[in-house]
Amino acid sequence: MTMDFLPLVFIAPLLGFVLLAFARGRLSETPAAIIGVGSVGISALTTLVAGWQFLGNPPVDGYVAVQLWTWMQVGNFAPSFTLHLDALSLVMCGVITGVGFLIHLFASWYMRGDEGYDRFFSYMNLFVASMLFLVLGDNLLFLYFGWEGVGLASYLLIGFWYKDAANGAAARKAFVITRVGDTFMAIGLFLLFREFGTLNIKELAVIAPTQWAIGSTMATTVCLLLLGGAVGKSAQLPLQTWLPDAMAGPTPVSALIHAATMVTAGVYLIARMHDLFALSPFAQHMVGVVGAITLLLAGFTALMQTDIKKILAYSTMSQIGYMFLAEGVGAYGPAVFHLMTHAFFKALLFLSSGSVILAMHHEQDIFKMGGLRKHIPFVFACMLIGTLALTAFPFTSGYYSKDEILHQAYLTGNHELWLAGVFGAFLTAVYSFRLIFITFFGPERFDAKHHAPHGAHTLDHHIPLAILLVLSLVGGFIHLPLAGLLPEAPIPEGDHGPAWIAHLPLFASLAGIAVSWFLFLKNPQIPAALARGGLTGAIGKLWRSAWGFDWLYDRVFVKPFVWAANINKNDIVDSFIGVIPATLRGANAVLVRTQTGNLRFYAAMAGAGACLLIAIMAFH
Amino acid sequence: MTPMPAIPMEHALLLAAALFALGLCGLILRRNIIFMLMSIEVMMNATGLAFVTAGSRWQAPDGQIMFILVLTLAAAEACVGLALVIQLYRRFRTLDVDAASTMKG
Repeated sequence: MTMDFLPLVFIAPLLGFVLLAFARGRLSETPAAIIGVGSVGISALTTLVAGWQFLGNPPVDGYVAVQLWTWMQVGNFAPSFTLHLDALSLVMCGVITGVGFLIHLFASWYMRGDEGYDRFFSYMNLFVASMLFLVLGDNLLFLYFGWEGVGLASYLLIGFWYKDAANGAAARKAFVITRVGDTFMAIGLFLLFREFGTLNIKELAVIAPTQWAIGSTMATTVCLLLLGGAVGKSAQLPLQTWLPDAMAGPTPVSALIHAATMVTAGVYLIARMHDLFALSPFAQHMVGVVGAITLLLAGFTALMQTDIKKILAYSTMSQIGYMFLAEGVGAYGPAVFHLMTHAFFKALLFLSSGSVILAMHHEQDIFKMGGLRKHIPFVFACMLIGTLALTAFPFTSGYYSKDEILHQAYLTGNHELWLAGVFGAFLTAVYSFRLIFITFFGPERFDAKHHAPHGAHTLDHHIPLAILLVLSLVGGFIHLPLAGLLPEAPIPEGDHGPAWIAHLPLFASLAGIAVSWFLFLKNPQIPAALARGGLTGAIGKLWRSAWGFDWLYDRVFVKPFVWAANINKNDIVDSFIGVIPATLRGANAVLVRTQTGNLRFYAAMAGAGACLLIAIMAFH
Repeated sequence: MTPMPAIPMEHALLLAAALFALGLCGLILRRNIIFMLMSIEVMMNATGLAFVTAGSRWQAPDGQIMFILVLTLAAAEACVGLALVIQLYRRFRTLDVDAASTMKG
């Protein structure tokens, strides 16, 4: 089976990036939007056709390879530039181009009037192209290329409004912290290459099990290093602190990069390398543990945030924690399923929040909103559906994926991870309905005269929201063709567990909604009183500061580094090497005095030099 | 014909050395560029004398060949030197070399 048109999927956005980047602000908004949105649209159509052919006529090996060229050839190392399309990449491509297209369309409305309109779309197209490289690469080098590309696009877009220094700082923070993870991953790739002499994913999956025993030190080391990369990109503990700051970027960026696609790259990486993780039960368990801890910590943090985008950021962190948890127990299928549904409803939530922010004249504090459901009913409906999907309410997309994850976590015997997940579901319901109740219900806390919310009435605002709304509702019925590609979770045959196990997450969610209603809508004085209390106030402060990780990293890493850099301001090594030019300069200063311009002096010196030479020769 | 009484080599070399030293002193002490050129001429002839002396001492033709080379060299040097003298005079209206010490390192 051939798919010669497949490269178009990344060529279109890449071309869009080049066109827009070279336009450098000379294009007006409409052509910029046509190029920026249209290129991703072409990409989405290509994916659609490719998916149609792939599913209609499944290839024998389960994948289609399109070799474009050999990237480089160094000795035996010849990584090829080959697109590898299998069910997993197809799902990822569908999410990236499909959800990406809707977000681009929404952004063409959201960014209207911004002076960097075409710059914005050039960065966004660069991101889409890089992300497609990441998921279509057939070797880890190609994947790493896309991995760094999305990091760059993320950096550029977080600092998009670069005139505010705080945005630049947030962009740098995101870049540096993910770089820590990337370094781990790079070392992992070096080790893999040293051991096997190849970075081709298919070949690795065949060779690795024949050379490494299950649980061998090398396998665990490499898997933990890969996990390090995944943790950095997916904002999991302990490299999670960049994601909330990344909300400094425009809201469509938060929706596309920091919720729907890029931050799930870590989940994709682990699913892609599942053959390696199968060799290291310890590393795989660590994936689940990292996910469980992150989802709990992020859940508590989200409870105390007041910025609408930060709440969503922490909920993203927490939902990716679920995906890691699923991969940790071997439930790769549900993890990817949750990745997809999460992309739908989290994109919907972020875009709606963007609409709310614009309606409130760039106000992001939920305590300065309230009662908005009467002013912007359509956005309220979107937000509500998105939140219901997030809390895994029955018949929404999130219900099917999250339920599956927790059920399999229990059945594989990881009861403590399961318990963390169920409690996380309760927390999710509390914090996400806190957002709904405070923003859309209750008294109007804004200044009605100056802050009157104004809704949007254009199609480029409504269509993306409407499509994502439908997808958030019915996305759970999409059947992913992942069987046979990703391993099934190791569940004993015919074991379905006690009946109440399957329903407990639902009750946890419902209880969470009830608690949220009771605390934040019915009796808002209770949280206020708790915040004033000595112990509860301190805990609340800890949660609001995201468990003090920023504070800790500032003390442990940033301050000592700045201190050392301050001491070494003049570069100690430099001062040793500086002796050589200083000597030369000194000698020059002395010798230059002999150049008097006096001819007779020169003659005398020449004579004296000759006498000296003769004397040396005579008496030596 | 009785051969001319041979002049001891030491005497000839001493004469050459004295001539050379005189030339060098003249070069260093005189400020007039024409006298300086003349001093250089004297020094060259001193070396020529040393060559000839050495050639006669070892009965080898090399010394005389070297003297012809020195003569050629002196002619070439006089050409260039006189051209420089003319240029110096045109530029500075004097033959004093110390006046032309403006080019410093």
